[in-house]
Amino acid sequence: MSQVLADLRYAKSHEWARSLPDGRIEVGITDHAQHALGDLVFVDVPQVGTTLDIGGACAVVESVKAASDVYSPVAGTVVEINESLSGSPELINEDCYGKGWLYRVQPASASGLDALLDASAYSAVLAAEGG
Amino acid sequence: MPFIPHTEQDVREMLATIGAPSIDALFDEIPASLRIQGLDGIPEGLSEMEIGRLMSERARLDGRPLSFIGAGAYEHHIPSAVWAITTRGEFYSAYTPYQAEASQGTLQLIYEYQTMISSLTGMEVSNASLYDGGSAVAEAALMAVRAHRKSKSLRVIVPSTVNPNYRRVAISTAGNQGLRFETVAYRREDGCIDREALAAYAGQDIAALVIQQPNFFGQLEDVDALTDWAHEQGMLVIAVVNPTSLALLKPPGDWGKTGADICVGEGQPLGVPLSSGGPYFGFMTTRMEYVRSMPGRIVGRTVDLDGKLGYTLTLQAREQHIRRGKATSNICTNQGLLMTAATIYMTLIGPQGLSKVAAVSMQRSGELVEALTQVKGVRAAFNGSRFHEAVLLLDRPASAVLRELETQGILGGFDLSGDYPELGSALLVCATETKTAGDIARYAAALGAAVQKVRAA
Repeated sequence: MSQVLADLRYAKSHEWARSLPDGRIEVGITDHAQHALGDLVFVDVPQVGTTLDIGGACAVVESVKAASDVYSPVAGTVVEINESLSGSPELINEDCYGKGWLYRVQPASASGLDALLDASAYSAVLAAEGG
Repeated sequence: MPFIPHTEQDVREMLATIGAPSIDALFDEIPASLRIQGLDGIPEGLSEMEIGRLMSERARLDGRPLSFIGAGAYEHHIPSAVWAITTRGEFYSAYTPYQAEASQGTLQLIYEYQTMISSLTGMEVSNASLYDGGSAVAEAALMAVRAHRKSKSLRVIVPSTVNPNYRRVAISTAGNQGLRFETVAYRREDGCIDREALAAYAGQDIAALVIQQPNFFGQLEDVDALTDWAHEQGMLVIAVVNPTSLALLKPPGDWGKTGADICVGEGQPLGVPLSSGGPYFGFMTTRMEYVRSMPGRIVGRTVDLDGKLGYTLTLQAREQHIRRGKATSNICTNQGLLMTAATIYMTLIGPQGLSKVAAVSMQRSGELVEALTQVKGVRAAFNGSRFHEAVLLLDRPASAVLRELETQGILGGFDLSGDYPELGSALLVCATETKTAGDIARYAAALGAAVQKVRAA
């Protein structure tokens, strides 16, 4: 059973979003997603300064035999990216909700996360997918 | 087991299994209006005996002319061993094999090829080869647009000193995918990119600058300054190079302060004979930074579960069978046989051999220009340094002079008046190590006579 953290918000496409104390939002892929992809070998994150729309393809995570797009769960501007991932993409497999975060955005509006799923709703999505 | 994929009986059984009355019925959904009823102008097939006879008659028409044409394809000596080895059964395949990893020998050969081409071009990574020089330029332009992280521009500068055929292939391949190609004029004095015309693009959002070295006229561009200028403008640099010349010239990986970003070219000079425009092969190398944007197959070296050395297709997540519509590579094969010949050619002649080929070609070409410009009414079009080609200006129409030379068994060069009408009567000539002092003297004498004859006519 995949791990789902209670204090995060989720997108159906298996990204998570975390509100940071300074108002920025941290984004990553869920435990379910990293497990489905297998060992990651490459992560392509958006550049700082990129403007993202909700649901727009913004990053690529690549494992040995597959590459998948990551869809931005929030609208905003990328202010920071996880530099460690270029040398250590396996951080996503090891700690997808922590050291494996992808990027941080300055949200376009204060209600940025309201449209996302909470942990129980996302768990229900996983259950429906058989995961 | 028959050596065909399916017999008539197989076909009948398969159709019966799926309940289709005929193969044609499988194409029912294509409206009749879209179907071609017959292939007009395409004759019925010939038997092996008939086609053999037809082709030897056609080959006889070619004669055995003494050729001074370069313009993108170059006559070099090919040691007999190259094709004797290339056509061995173990190598004799046109493509990257299916179930590639079952063909370890082929993969190792591709890996060696990639290593040689990377080393020759001074870049970090090579793919397994592309169709030809022109398609490699088109793919490089598409790649530059994909790989450029700071620009969403679809514009690429392709100066008029780049082979006109490559420019045409790039436009027909990438133009339909939204790319826009900007042309920049050349300087009349030295046949190199006009830096003032280029400067008009300073500050504009452009994905890449293409630099051909030696350029189509055989002239040597100031690649260091051009590369640095393009990088200062935030453009990527696509180098288009002649592999033979790299034995003498600075490899693209060393151009300017940081080197070119993508390097492509026509691989034909490396052991592939001239043959009516092909098949040849294209090569492409780049920096590791851009490898995921590179098209084509890539072979990597690894170890298996038991720790034994092995070769494998790698970085396949770029490719269309994995990434579908978002693939950065829609090329799922390589130009296998010709790349094999090139690898064997490079192995046989080695770095010193290639340097000699390049140096002697450059020397012969210099001697050719020297001899031909002694002819009345013939002069060199440009100053500056050259590799093994040069543009000559004639005071009579090049086409008429070439026809006259042809009657003497000499292919005198490439008529530039179609692509560069502003040059007037201009001829692109080339000499490689295959031309002797006697050949050059023969051409010079014939040119004198031909020009005189055209003048008198």
